[in-house]
Order: sequence, then structure tokens, then C-alpha cells
Amino acid sequence: MININLLKPSSANFQTYLYIGSGLIFISIFDVILRSFFNINFSNSLPGILNFFLPLIIGLVGFQMIRLEYSGNRIVDKINQSVNNNTFNAGLTLLIIFLTLLIIPPASNWMIFEATISGDTKEACVATEGACWTYIKVWFRRFMYGMYPNDFHWRINTAFIFLIGFAFVGYFMRGKLKNYITFYYAILYPIIAFLIINFLISGGSFGLEWVETNAWGGLSLTFIVSFFGLIFCFPLGMILALGRRSELPVIRYISIGYIEFWRGVPLITVLFMSSVMFPMFLPSDAFVDKLIRVIAAIILFEAAYVAEVIRGGLQALPRGQYDAAKSLGMGYWKMQIFVILPQALKLVIPGIANTFLALVKDTPLIFVVGLSEVVGMLQMAKTNPKWLGYAMEGYIFASILFWAICYAMSRYSQYLELKYKTER
Amino acid sequence: MNHKIKSIIPQLLTLLFVVAVIGFFTINAQLNMDERGIDFGYGFLNQESSFDVQFSLIEYDGSHSYAKAYLVGLLNTILVSVLGIIFCTIIGVIIGIARLSPNYLIRNTAAWYVEFFRNVPLLLQIFFWYYAALRALPLPENTEPLFGVTYLTVKGYYIPRLIWENFDILIYSILAAIISIMFIRNYARKLQEEKGQQLPVLLISVGLLLAFPAITFVTGMVQLEVALPVLKQLSKTSFIYAEGLSVPPELLALVLALSLYTATFVAECVRAGVQGVSKGQKEAAASVGLTPNQILKLVIMPQALRIIIPPTTNQYLNLTKNSSLAAAIAYPDLVLVFAGTALMQTGRAIEIVSITMLTYLTLSLAISLLMNWYNKKIAIKEK
Repeated sequence: MININLLKPSSANFQTYLYIGSGLIFISIFDVILRSFFNINFSNSLPGILNFFLPLIIGLVGFQMIRLEYSGNRIVDKINQSVNNNTFNAGLTLLIIFLTLLIIPPASNWMIFEATISGDTKEACVATEGACWTYIKVWFRRFMYGMYPNDFHWRINTAFIFLIGFAFVGYFMRGKLKNYITFYYAILYPIIAFLIINFLISGGSFGLEWVETNAWGGLSLTFIVSFFGLIFCFPLGMILALGRRSELPVIRYISIGYIEFWRGVPLITVLFMSSVMFPMFLPSDAFVDKLIRVIAAIILFEAAYVAEVIRGGLQALPRGQYDAAKSLGMGYWKMQIFVILPQALKLVIPGIANTFLALVKDTPLIFVVGLSEVVGMLQMAKTNPKWLGYAMEGYIFASILFWAICYAMSRYSQYLELKYKTER
Repeated sequence: MNHKIKSIIPQLLTLLFVVAVIGFFTINAQLNMDERGIDFGYGFLNQESSFDVQFSLIEYDGSHSYAKAYLVGLLNTILVSVLGIIFCTIIGVIIGIARLSPNYLIRNTAAWYVEFFRNVPLLLQIFFWYYAALRALPLPENTEPLFGVTYLTVKGYYIPRLIWENFDILIYSILAAIISIMFIRNYARKLQEEKGQQLPVLLISVGLLLAFPAITFVTGMVQLEVALPVLKQLSKTSFIYAEGLSVPPELLALVLALSLYTATFVAECVRAGVQGVSKGQKEAAASVGLTPNQILKLVIMPQALRIIIPPTTNQYLNLTKNSSLAAAIAYPDLVLVFAGTALMQTGRAIEIVSITMLTYLTLSLAISLLMNWYNKKIAIKEK
């Protein structure tokens, strides 16, 4: 019996099918390219739906014709395996290729070919259809430094250089000094960082003019808030995690209550609390700066999440580790610091990184208390009467900015995970 | 003895510390309130609120009480959360499965989707949809219909409104269908266990679910009218669609942003769950002679769900809490209506913020209890 199947190749006649099939696929892609790049449509005369789906149908037939379990041709086998293992997948493959081809021309036109970046006023953008990167250029300093006076931007820059410099001090601690590395990062570094920011960015002494925190903003404020959030919520979270695993009931229940409370409420209400409710809780003559209240609220909030992540690591350690440490005569703190925590923290690097990422992504919420970092500055720029109508450019800029920061952080955490991975 | 003291002292110190902090705050709050002449209490909830809310599921205007305003906000929050949870589950499952696809292009497109949407702050995404994407939509008078009867315009999404008559009878008929389905399922299980016969339960269930409400229509007990959106001129230049149901752009932007953002996390949970079922399970099921559908339904899904549900619950909780970002685009949710407007008017910071926080706490606990119950139900019962 002769099995006649026009679309099904066999190894005997595969060569012919391959030529026809790849030709058809090529035609279908070429058709879409003509449609999207040059606005030429060859199948105009066909009825509407058929005209619309023609490339898809041709491409599907083409893929059908080159699909063979084993063809002997390495490239064809690879294509069949990865994008063409059944009709459904072939259709999805074509759809993705076509969509990309259809999106590229308008998107690249808008973003690059018809966009403007020259000039300093809105007038430069009026003539074109494309994106107005002039807007980003003009407002760039605002997006980076907020309403901080232009003449003093060097203070923020120097402060950050100092902060990064002091962060690397740990690398140069050798020999005996190395014993103090934890002490340095846990206690000394936060104090140094606070002093740097207080004296350089805030000013008010050493002949530097005082700049109130309301004027701070932009990306530098994002960095300041996330920086203090990161260095303080970690130790607090560690203590809470240990507290939740403690055998002492009072400590355990207090820790559980704390963690569950903060995890159950949204950050925005916590920030509300810090701005409207917290001043009621202080003596009437005490004044705490808005920025410090906000950072404190973020630390308290994120510490609960860090605690849960670390608890996961603590629970994952086998009991033997605890027993071994105890049998060596170690006390509670010695056991935790030298045996348990180093192993547990190693296990939860990805979780901690995720929490830190969440913290960075949460910083825009400080808009509720009237502080504006990048996103807040965008909102401000968007409503500026001289620059109405360029919201899209601003959001794309900020998205890329945040994406880059978060992507870099998650890559770094993957690197750390690999670096500290130990065989068990 | 020594050991006992050793364990009591740190507990006592912690307790003292906590009590001292709370006491310090309470005393200060008392003093501050005395100074400003406010007395603590929740009596203000019954006062007239005298502010309006843009979008409300229940009847509300300025003459109602603050308690009612709270309810309006709460219902709006729940609406956004439920819509967001539904959509993020659908998108998340699709993306999660796409990430496991043998197709190289699909796998990587899904991966890029996750990488991108996860790493951009949610607030920025909400702003993007609300201020940039949805603002680019046409005005009502220039809008082409979408799916024939709905209109996506800059002023909102207009969809047909369903007008029911005797809606309760329809509900009863659906309830009756569900109850009879439960009986039939029990009977089918018995039949299978005793005689090894299989009933087409799914087919019967769908049939019943369609048949019961259909009977109410045919007999004329329930009537349904559809009110299509009709273009209406308010003034010389301003048009809206009347008659139909209008979904405000704030809600649209919020649901879009929340579900696209949370879907990335749900997708990762789904992927981890399906990957967590070992290959041997599938092969064993196939060698027993189960069909691919049966393998998916009886072997893979029950095991994958056990891995998927706990982290996904967390994501649902996050979505509910994140819905409070609605305040940023003036969607009248709990935070905006109650912790915003009402607080501004009454100045009762402690009472209002505490009620708001407690509400979210209750919502979170409720969702996690519900999910824990479900999780326990599907957990493997080891013998």
C-alpha cells in the first residue's frame, strides 16, 4: 500500500521537501518583512482573513514539510528539535517571529530614528513624531539629585565615592585585622556612613551649607534609602530569626508577633504610620527628621521579611550541626555565630537577594510622605507646564534604570551563590 | 536551678524592653492628645463623612457615615485584589508553562518577560499604564468597538451591562446543579470502587451546570436583558458611553500592572512546581497505561500543586497588599479613602491608621488560612 501524504516527508525524498519547505518559510517571513518595513502587501486581492493569515499558513506548511525525526542534516535537526517539534510549536514560533518583525519598525522609529536629543527646550521636540530624549537630558540632573541645589551636587558625588571606598576597606584587612571584619561591617561602617551623609550631604557644619531633606531626591535618594535599609534590616532580621527559633517562649512569641504583624500590612500603610502616627508617639518637643522616620519604617518592615528568609536557612540545617556544636562545649551565641549562622546564611543568599531587590523596588513608595526619588521626580517633571506630554519617555528611562540596577543585583547574588557553594 | 535562671533572665529583659517601648509610646500619645484636646475613640465612625468617592460598588455619597466610606474603600480593595488574583493566575500559569516549553523561542520570550517585569518597581508600572499607556487611547467619540460591543477609551473601558430579572432564581438553580453534581460524583466513585465502571462525570457535570439555568430561562422565570454602551453627548466636546458598565481607567491600570507584575512570580512558582515532580513519576504512570491526559490529571498535577500552592499563596497576599498602591493613581481603595481623605478630615491618625492596618492584617490572615485549608486538603495522605 502506498501511503500518500503530501506534507509528510520521508528520508527518501527529504531533499526535495527541504528545499520547498524552507522556501515556503522564507517566503512567509519575507512577506511579513515587506508588510511591516515597506508597507507592501502582495496578497491584497485575497479576502480579508485569508490575506491576514497568509504568511502564517504558508510558514506552517513549510515547517510541516521539513519536520522529520532524523534527517541527517545537523542544522535541520536542530531546528526541528528546538522550534518545530509539532504543529502547535511551529505556529507559536512563527507568531513570535512575525510579532517581533511587526514591532521592530515602529518601535525603533519612535525610539531612535525619529527621536530628538538636541536642544534644551520643548521646541526641539515639536517637529518630530518620535521620542523626545531632550526631556530626559534637560531633567537628568533632577532625576539624579532631586531638588538638591545644582552647585552642591559634588557633595553627593563625593559622599557616594567615600561610601564605596569605605565599603572596600574589608578587602584590605589582612592578618590580625581580619578578625574585626564583621565588627567593622556590622557596627563601624554604618556609623561612618551616617556621619558621611550627615556632614557631606546634609551639611550645616565645616562651612557647608545646610540642605534640608525635603530637597533631597532622585536616584541619589533611592540609593541612600536602600543603602541604610540594607545595612540595618539584615542584623535586625537575623536577631528576629534567631528569636523565632528560640526555645524561650516569651522571646519566641514576641518575635512571631513582630514578624507576622509587619508581614501582614502593606508598606504604604507603614509609611503612613511613620508620617502621621509616629509623631504622636514621641514627646511633643522631640523632632525626628522625615527621612529618618521613613528609613526606620522601611528597616522595621523589611527586617520581618529578612527574618523569614533566614529562618528558612536555619530550618534547613540538619540537627547534627547543633548537636555537634553543643558537644564541643559551645554556648548558645558561640554556636550560632561560628557554626549555625555561617552555614544558614550561605543557604539563603538567593532569598536575601530577593528581599533586598524588593527593598530597592519599594523605595519609590516614599512618595506618600512627600519625598520624591526617581519616580517621584518623574511625576513632578511630567506635570511641569513647560514639559507636558512626555510621560512615556520618562517612564521608559526610569524602567531601564531600575531594571539595570535590579538585574545587576540579581546577577551579583548568583555569583555569590556560586562562590560560597560548598559540597555537603 | 542555675539553668532555670539562665533561661528566665533574657526573657524577662526582652519583656521589659517591649513593655517599656510600648509604655513610652502610649504615655506620649496620651500627653500629645491631651495637649491637642483630642480624645481617643472610634465614635467618629458614625459621623457624616461629607466627601464623595469617584467609584463605588455600593451606594454612597457625602451624607453617609465614615463607617460606610470605610466599607466603600474596603470593597474597592477587594475588587482589585480579586481581579488581580484571577488575571495573575491565568498569565502566570501560561508563562510558567511556556518557560518549560521545548520550543527555544517561547522559552526565552517567557524568560525575558519574567526578567523584565520582575525587575521594574510596581509603582512605576502602575504609573506607566495609567499616565502613559492608557492616556494614549482615543476619546470616546473616536473609538472603534472592541469585540463588537465594548469600547476601550481614554475615559475607561465600557462594556455591556447585564440586567437580570429574578436573579436569585438563577443562583438557586446553579446551587441545585452543584449539589446534584456532588451527589453524582459520589455515586460515580462508588460505582468505580465497587464495579469498576466509569461514568463520564465531567460531561454530566457540565451538562447539568448548563441545563439547570437553561430551564429557568426557557420557562421564563429568569429574564436577561443586555444594555449595550451607547455614545452620549454631555456637552459640545465631551462624550461618554451611557447605559453600559464603565470600568474606570484607574481600575484598569491597577489590575493590568498588578497582574502583569505578580504573574512573573506566579510563573516562577509554577515552573518550580512542575520541575519538582520527578520524571520517573511520569514514566511510571505511562508504563501503567494511563493516557497523557490522565497522567497530567492524576499524577503530575496533584504532586505539582503541592509544591506550587504555598509560594503562590504568598504571591496572592503580596498582590492584596500591593493593591494599596492604588492611592498613587487616585483609585479610591481603602488607603486612599480611609487613610487618606478621612484621616485628613478628622485628624484621627492613631485610630484610622490602626483600623487600616488591622484590615490588611485580617485580609492577609484570611487568605492564608483559606489557602492553608486547601493545601491541607490536597496534601498527600500518607498511610
